[in-house]
Amino acid sequence: MGRLAQNPGGRVSFTERAYISILDQPVESTGELVYIPPDRLEKRTFKPKPEVASLQGGELSLERGGQRRTLRLDEYPEAAAFVESIRGTLAGDRAALERTYRLSLRGTEANWILVLEPRGLRLSAAVRRIEIQGSGGQARRIEILQPDGDRSVMDLDPTQGPSPRP
Amino acid sequence: MRRRAPIALLAWGAWIGVCVLVILQARFTADLSAFLPKDPTPEQELLVQQLREGPASRLILIGIEGTDAATRARLSNALAERLRADPRFTSVQNGAALALSADRDFLYAHRYLLSPSVTAQRFTPEGLKAAIEETLSLLASPLGMLVKPLVPGDPTGELVGLVTRLAPDSGPQTRDGVWVSPDGQRALLLAQTRAIGSDTDGQESAVSAIRQAFSAAVQGTGGTGGGTVGGTAGVTAPATLLMSGPGVFSVSIRDQIHREVIRLAALGTALIASLLLLLYRSVTALVLGLLPVVTGALTGVAAVSLGFGVVQGITLGFGATLIGESVDYGIFLLVQSRGGQGSLSDWTLRFWPTIRLGVLTSLLGFAVLLASSLPGLAQLGLYSISGLVAAALVTRFALPYLIPSHLQVRDLTPLGSWLGRLLPGARRLRWPLALLALTAAIVLLSRGDDLWSRELAGLSPIPQADQELDGRLRADLGAPDVRYLVVVTGRDREQALEAAERLSAPLDALVAEGVLQGYESPARLLPSRRTQLERRASLPDRAELEQNLSAAVADLPIKRAVLAPFLDAVEAARTAPLVELEDLAATSLALGAESLLLPLGPACDPSPVAGRSDPSCDRAWAALLPLQAPATGPSALTIDANRVRSALARSDSPQARFLDIKEQADRLYSGYLYEAAWLSLAGLGVIAGLLWVALRSATRALRILLPLVLAVLVVAAALALVGERLNLLHLVGMLLTVAVGSNYGLFLERRTLGGQVEPRTLASLLVANLTTVTGFGVLATSQLPVLRAIGSTVAPGVVLALVFSAILARGEGGPTAPVRSPIGRTEP
Repeated sequence: MGRLAQNPGGRVSFTERAYISILDQPVESTGELVYIPPDRLEKRTFKPKPEVASLQGGELSLERGGQRRTLRLDEYPEAAAFVESIRGTLAGDRAALERTYRLSLRGTEANWILVLEPRGLRLSAAVRRIEIQGSGGQARRIEILQPDGDRSVMDLDPTQGPSPRP
Repeated sequence: MRRRAPIALLAWGAWIGVCVLVILQARFTADLSAFLPKDPTPEQELLVQQLREGPASRLILIGIEGTDAATRARLSNALAERLRADPRFTSVQNGAALALSADRDFLYAHRYLLSPSVTAQRFTPEGLKAAIEETLSLLASPLGMLVKPLVPGDPTGELVGLVTRLAPDSGPQTRDGVWVSPDGQRALLLAQTRAIGSDTDGQESAVSAIRQAFSAAVQGTGGTGGGTVGGTAGVTAPATLLMSGPGVFSVSIRDQIHREVIRLAALGTALIASLLLLLYRSVTALVLGLLPVVTGALTGVAAVSLGFGVVQGITLGFGATLIGESVDYGIFLLVQSRGGQGSLSDWTLRFWPTIRLGVLTSLLGFAVLLASSLPGLAQLGLYSISGLVAAALVTRFALPYLIPSHLQVRDLTPLGSWLGRLLPGARRLRWPLALLALTAAIVLLSRGDDLWSRELAGLSPIPQADQELDGRLRADLGAPDVRYLVVVTGRDREQALEAAERLSAPLDALVAEGVLQGYESPARLLPSRRTQLERRASLPDRAELEQNLSAAVADLPIKRAVLAPFLDAVEAARTAPLVELEDLAATSLALGAESLLLPLGPACDPSPVAGRSDPSCDRAWAALLPLQAPATGPSALTIDANRVRSALARSDSPQARFLDIKEQADRLYSGYLYEAAWLSLAGLGVIAGLLWVALRSATRALRILLPLVLAVLVVAAALALVGERLNLLHLVGMLLTVAVGSNYGLFLERRTLGGQVEPRTLASLLVANLTTVTGFGVLATSQLPVLRAIGSTVAPGVVLALVFSAILARGEGGPTAPVRSPIGRTEP
């Protein structure tokens, strides 16, 4: 966590596959994650539809198709759980994560797995478990399991994106 | 003369009885309607109706401060829970998810009638494919988890579209599940009362219900907070409740007017009584001197009650104006005659005509107020006229018979003689006075338009601090006062809604051109029946939809079987009843719909046919479409009225009107100011005319008026110098200064054969002036701006009027005045 907390910010490219029971095949999307310490996270999706989701403070804004909508995370705990876990991990904000999740870490420093399990009932209805695999100060894969068995797997590739120091 | 005494006294006693009876039946109000116009334009009527009974008038903005964030959130929820159970409130919102989910359930249930995307094209294979593709792409976004459960029943994403379209741009923030201010230091709630805004009793009851619920909530959550959540050490302030809104204002103003009227009357009476006691050194004389005042006050209230049907609380506050003048009559009688029957008939002969002329002057001054379109001023006029007539009649016809023959009033001749010796000296001040008047004129001219307050707010009795609190809570709630509106009316609710729907095309165009940032419309919350029917008719039957859906999802990754609920939902919607205004009641959307769609005119009687009453009667309805000005760009924060008006004129609803509420309100006020200026000038003209006729000399009339005009000039300049913006009540104050001050000029003008003013007359003038200054000086201490404006103008004005009259009085060497009374003999 300490190493994560020193994350100076930057961008990584991602490939996400969402396995959803009502769909015949997973929805695959690619794009990049941009993290600007201390609390701004942008998820820029290029495919299948261009979209920018940015999280700052307690607000999540979503721009797609020329429309911009802003959600307050308090009003949408399900969406909040998901984005907060990524932001919290990237920021190495252990205290923030522990408010909503039970944390357990296993593996070695070169190959670790952080498991987040929601504490509250309301959150448990939206998220069963979040697993983050990483190496050193870098998260490599984020897997989110939902209670109904749907899951999404996001692979992060730091070598792909240019990572200018902000 | 003696023979007439019992009749006069009997008549007086009967009169008092009648007045008391009338007053016992009188209705008193203390709302703001004293300052709303009598004969409004349609726009003003809408404005005033909104102020008095519109949904906005029923809103109470609530803030909770102190303690810590978690305790505030618990208090907010506990307070909301109690108020929701209270029948005095129709809606209570604090941001809790409960209310939001009710809204979402409502929108979901009626999505095919409410969503503007519902057209026949939407349900063709191509339309369905495009809509479902869009929804599926949302599944991968952070909103995916929200959208996923909706897909089977709503694959075309109607709910997402509705929520996005209705989401407020600037609602309050939420923390710990409740609304908070942007800095997080206040929890916020919004309550709507069942009572309309002008029902002050109902509002008072609602306000006290909120107070009680809050203290119960504070006790329920374990005291005043602080340290209830682990880790927050240190002293926290106790939880405090803030409230604002039209109803809260009207309650506190009524309380304040009530307190002020009692305080001002008590203080004024006490001060004047002490002053008179000191001078007369006789309780009997004091009581006698106050009799005209009491009679005048009772008569005034009774006359206003009969003339207007209702007595404004603020009119009673103005009552001090009456005390100030009517007490003078008793003073003139008692001081000038020195009591005792012997000299009374002499007084009647020598002094009464002068007093009578003074009374007439004042009456004319007040009479022009009757023509005012402001009910408050018109009431003040009637109150003063009837009060003064009664006071004068009592002084002349009843009081002389009540004065006991042994009554000894202190002789004020020494004081008068001393004043008499000062008079010649005063005349040497003429040049300095001219200089002073010149300076005052320069000050006033240099102020130009800045001299006058141009805003209606200048009349508002709401204290500055309360107005600021209101502004803060409104900003916190993201509910700024609406300034720009498009108003369109229809014969009934449906017509109004249809007209509002026709406006969306021109308004959308204005948004695209950047003239507007956006707009709201009641038709978004409640489409017209016609539109709902069109949408319902565009839904295909089950067989067709199944066919189209199969074609649409052929190339999409979604399983066709998953979408069975969609087929059922559309089938059900084809026969679902239309959404009515009443259906919104359980949601927070009702508040919006009710404030944007309202019946016009007074509430109508139920249908005369027994057992049948149509709640909407045949009232015309108005749809309001608030416009938002662009936040940035060349026309930031303002709206180009001409472009909006021309777009409306070209639209399919050409009768729609564009309203700038601030401009309307300020124009309303400018009208008042203009009117007050004309009335004051007319009053001055009428008084001048009366003096001219009565004194039979333009020179003498001018000699009396000049010092009064100069006094008004100097007072206005002084007010301007201390930074006061003059409003129309200052103008009224100036008129009163002239009306009251003319009495002094008349007495100074009136001389004996020796060319000297009698010492006792001089003394009586000084005493009368002191009591008048006291009466108006007390008004100047009022918390209510309207009373303070009059007091702070008249109190210094009458002092200057007396002093200037003395300075400008004709010297001993001047032409001798006729000894006879100014308007001829009346007493045999």
